[in-house]
Parts: sequence; structure tokens; C-alpha cells
Amino acid sequence: MSFPWANHYNPQHPFMKWMDEKLPVPRLVYNAVGSGYPVPRNLNYWWNFGFMALACLGIQIVTGVILAMHYAANGLVAFDSVEHIMRDVNWGWMLRYAHANGASAFFVVIYIHIFRGFFFGSYKAPREMVWLLGVVIFLLMMATAFMGYVLPWGQMSFWGAKVITGLFSAIPLVGEPLQQWLLGGFAPDNAALNRFFSLHYLLPFVIVGVVVLHIWALHIPGSSNPTGVEVKSESDTVPFYPYFIAKDGWTLGAFLFIYCAVLFFAPNMLGHPDNYIPANPMSTPAHIVPEWYFWPFYAILRAFTADFFFIPAKLMGVLAMFSAILVWFFLPWLDRSPVRSGWYRPMFKWFFAVLCIDVLVLGYCGGSPAAEPFVMISQIASVYYFMHFLIILPIISSIEQPLPLPFSITEAVLGKDETAASGAVAA
Amino acid sequence: MIRILSILVGLFFSLALLWSLGKGAASFISEPPAATVEQAFHKPPRELRLASDGLFGTFDKQQLQRGFQVYDEVCKACHSLRLVAFRDLKALGYNDDEVKAIAAKYQVPGVDPNTGEANTRPGRPTDFFPQPFANDIAARAANNNAIPPDLSLMTKARHDGAAYVYSLLTGFQEQPAALLKQFPDARTPAGLHYNPYFANLNLAMAPPLTADGQVTYKDGTRSTVDQMSRDVAAFLVWTAEPKLEKRKQTGWPVLGFLLFATILGNLAYRNIWRDMKH
Repeated sequence: MSFPWANHYNPQHPFMKWMDEKLPVPRLVYNAVGSGYPVPRNLNYWWNFGFMALACLGIQIVTGVILAMHYAANGLVAFDSVEHIMRDVNWGWMLRYAHANGASAFFVVIYIHIFRGFFFGSYKAPREMVWLLGVVIFLLMMATAFMGYVLPWGQMSFWGAKVITGLFSAIPLVGEPLQQWLLGGFAPDNAALNRFFSLHYLLPFVIVGVVVLHIWALHIPGSSNPTGVEVKSESDTVPFYPYFIAKDGWTLGAFLFIYCAVLFFAPNMLGHPDNYIPANPMSTPAHIVPEWYFWPFYAILRAFTADFFFIPAKLMGVLAMFSAILVWFFLPWLDRSPVRSGWYRPMFKWFFAVLCIDVLVLGYCGGSPAAEPFVMISQIASVYYFMHFLIILPIISSIEQPLPLPFSITEAVLGKDETAASGAVAA
Repeated sequence: MIRILSILVGLFFSLALLWSLGKGAASFISEPPAATVEQAFHKPPRELRLASDGLFGTFDKQQLQRGFQVYDEVCKACHSLRLVAFRDLKALGYNDDEVKAIAAKYQVPGVDPNTGEANTRPGRPTDFFPQPFANDIAARAANNNAIPPDLSLMTKARHDGAAYVYSLLTGFQEQPAALLKQFPDARTPAGLHYNPYFANLNLAMAPPLTADGQVTYKDGTRSTVDQMSRDVAAFLVWTAEPKLEKRKQTGWPVLGFLLFATILGNLAYRNIWRDMKH
């Protein structure tokens, strides 16, 4: 892997030499996030969100492990144990708000990271595996976040768990038994709460594992870049350390500033008041809504209001909601345009802008009550969502005339590329 | 091949959605949804400004003590405060002896040390506020079939919670004539009370604060219904989030440090990239 001109690890200190012979962890770090990893010099700020996502994962694991020391996963005491954390555990309020808002921050960052991948064609060859692993991470995150939201055992926890596990009952024949098997009962109760807690503790470490694979798969072809032109020569790249460590470092500071501003001054802004009411199976909240990061998919789920031939509306909604994410797995093969970056794709650019607005509209509808006009709007927006990925992308990637690409990253940055002029490099 | 399949799948979902849209639109046109009485007459909470609001908000301890007095003399007859312990009241400015005296006024569940039988005993600072009713059935029986909710988290469990509590307490009124004209079936049932700030407009709770001077404030503040409602709302902001002050006070140094570190980081970044065009 890596490019021939990458810096080589050359330990000087006797201890580091000894270490390098026995267990070359410093060498691994050097080659992964140190001077040994050459990165395109033209990466813009959209490329800083992967590092931020890693920081979010770290925040969630550290705060989560400490919260688990004080939380009790039992239907009788779960709600009160969370309030015990808020009132009587030293700095417990800060840990819990850091964890709850950390989940939101993680999704903000990951959605921007995914947006980057969509626009700059990061999913295209030779980085398909990076993309596929990324979608797996996103699915694991959604499962983890959903189960985490159930743990405080408030009204939205309970009814959210009931609605989401109820989706499985839409599957023909095996649906109802499957739902009961998942919940360990006929409705969410202690059995469900306990297993959700267990899985909520397990999955983040599975995510860590897939993140390692994600970064490993990335390091084989190296990072993509805003022009979408592959690295050709040494002048196209800079070493990750110090250049991108410095850039990631200060953007991480800016991110933490915004995150802490929410944490300390508006910690319940993104939560729902109903989750401060203890779970009550006898009282259904007026509007059951999931956390904001599920809203676009929730809108797609609710957009199917009529049976379609022999398929019940509920099953259609479930199929569509899962397909809305699963379609991302096929993206590298649906978008056949050889040009990666949206900058050089005059048609794609506009359709993608519509998609971004479309997803925001879906999100707004998903957070609103299931009434008109939100249902009709989410139906139209869902049509565009599926059309974009399944129909528009395959077609425009065949008919679009891309703009001329720069010869190299160096030329894009400096306006000229000496190596190219001398003809010394064959692309 | 994959592209043909994908276009077919895309058409399948699109057609199913358009089918739903068509059916929805048809029924929307044939039977337009009528406005409900809640949509027409439910009001958003009235504005309430408290000392604990804002980026620098701190608790007004005098007001919290007054609010506690309202809870103690009025609300506690029906509403529990089960997440708050008497020891927590020290945050309101009471000293140890005062907290002991307040706790001792409440009867909490206990056990007779000689016979082991359940009984009640005066509260101690480590006890939590006791339940006013033995169980939910007793609570329903005494309250027109509604369970008075616990108030500990009330201001976080409703949108715009403190303003909601204040509006609800001051919002009891006669049903407007316009409402009965527009929705003749929506007359408030016997035993319930009309309140436009309550989600379904009719509340089992009778107006709890009815007369000025109902509570005689120890600090001499004139206890109008409006004042008592404000004070108890402020008190419930504290019960819902006793660490609110500490949270805001911690936030400023954290943000200050992060701003400083981010600026330093940015300067380091500029310095490192100084000669590298990108």
C-alpha cells in the first residue's frame, strides 16, 4: 500500500528500535496517521469530518462506559437510575448530557461525512470497500442509537421501541413470532430493556472494529480528493503528519466548541419532553416521534398509506425504509460516471442539490405529526429519493458530458504541473 | 443489468408512493379534515421570564423558597415530588435545622421498630418527599379518575415547561361562547375544568390557586395568584434540574478553554501550511 515516495519509519532511540522489532505498533501508527501516510494536498474542510466522527465515537464510548457504572437496566428502576445520575452522581448530569448530545453530534458529523462521499464520488472505484464498510458503520450506529434511546425508559423510549420492533411484525408469516422473539415478550418490557442494554454496550465495540477495517481499506488506495483525480506524483501529496493532524486538530476544536455550547446551554434542545415522563404502557403519547436523525427514514416509512396490489401498506413502508439505506450499498454500481467529483458533473450537481433539499424536507415531515399536508409532502419527497438513486443516477451517469478534469492535483492547485509538462509521468 | 433492475425497483417504489398519494389526495378532497376543537382553541403557553433563563441564569433563591411554600401548602395535597429529597432543599438557602424542621412536618412510610409493622414516622433530611396517596387507585378515587402526576420533572416533561406550568395555573376560565357555538359537542364534562393551555382543553384538576393571599409568604411578597403561579413554576424548574446553575457556570470556562485551544490550533495550522499551497 501507499505511494513509493511515502516517508519510511526509521526509529532512532534504542527503545523504539527494540519496540519496532518486538511489536511494531509505533510503525503502524506512523504509517496510518503519521508522516508515513501521504494525503492529497488539496483536501478541503469536508474531509475533516471522518476524524471528527472518530472523536465522537471516542466520546460516546468513554461517557457511555462511565454512565453504565451508575445505570440500572431494569424496568422498575431504569428511569429513576437515570435521574439518580442527573442529581446525585458527581458530574453525572454532564456525562449524561454529553452522551445524549454526543449521539446527535455523531449523527451530524456522520451525515456531513456521507454528504461528502455522495458529492465527491468517494464511493467509486477503487474505494468501493471503504464505502460499503461505511454504510455498515452507519447501520450499526442507527441500531446502537435506537437501543440507547430506549434505556432511559421514558415514554418515547417505550413507544419508540414498540413502534420500531412493531415494524418486524409487518413481515409475512414470521413477523409476529419474530417481533416477540426480539422483544422477549408481547410488548417492550424488562426482557427487552435488558437485551437492548447488553447490545447497546456491545455494538459500539463492533463499530470500532468496522472503523478499523474502514480506515484500513481507505489506506490501500489512499484518500480521495475534491478534484476526483487520483494522486500521480509526490507533489500531489503532503504527509498526514504534520499537515492534516494540524488541520484535523483545529477543526476538532471548533467542533467541540459547538458541541459543548449545546451540551452546557441547551442540552434538551434535541430531546423530546415526553421522555421525562416514565414509560407507561397504558398511555400512548399524542405524537410518537423518533430522535431527529431518524426523521427522514421515518417519513419514508409513513409515506406508504395505501395497500399496493397485494402488499399491505405497512409492509411497503418497512421495505421502503430499509431500502432507502440499503440502496447506498449499490451506489458504486449505479453511478457509472468515470468522473468522481461533483464539481465536474454539470447534471449530477443539480440533481444532487435537489436530493439534499429533498432529504431535509423528508426530515421535517418525519418530525411532524402524521397529518396532511406532511403525509402528501413526504410521499412526493420519497418518490424523488428513490428516483434519484435508482433511476436518475444510472441514467445521467451515461448521458452526462463531464467538464474537463485537471491533469493532476498539482495542476489544480498551482495552475501548472512541472512533471506533467516534462512528460515524465505516465498516468 | 444492475441498472435495469434498479430502474425497475425505483419505478416499483415510485408507483406505490404515487398510489398512496393519489388515494390520500382523493380522500383529502372528498372529505377535507375538519379542524378539531383542540386545534382551534388550544393556546401556546404565555411568556414567563425567570432568573434561571438565559446563558447566565441563576436561581432566585427567594423565589424558589416562595415556590416551595406554595408546593408545601397547596400542591402537595395531591402531587408527589418523589425525585427530590429534603436534603436537596439546602440548595434553596435553608440551613440544616430548617431542612430538619421541614422534613419532620412530612409523614413518611416507616416500620415500627418493636413489632415490625408498617407505620409512618416524621421525615428526616435523607428521606424523599412522600407520596400523597397510598397507590394509583386511591389517587384516581380522590381525583375524578385522574392520577395527579409527579411534579419533579414537570418543567422538562412539557414543551416550554415553566411557562406551561405558569399558564396552566393562571389559565382556568369559562368556556368561550365562540367555542360552544363552533363545537356544540365540546362542552366541558361535569367534574372537569376548562383550560386552554391544557392539551385536550379539559382538566380534572380544579383551579388550585384561586384567591390572592391563599399562601402567606414568609418574605412578605404579596401573594397574588399570578405571583404564586410564577413562584411555583420557578420552584419546579429547580426540582427538574437542580444542577442547572452548575451546568451554566461550568459551560463558560469550558467554552473559553475550547475557544483558546481552537485559536491556538488554527494558528499552528496556518504556520504548518504556510509554504504549502493547497
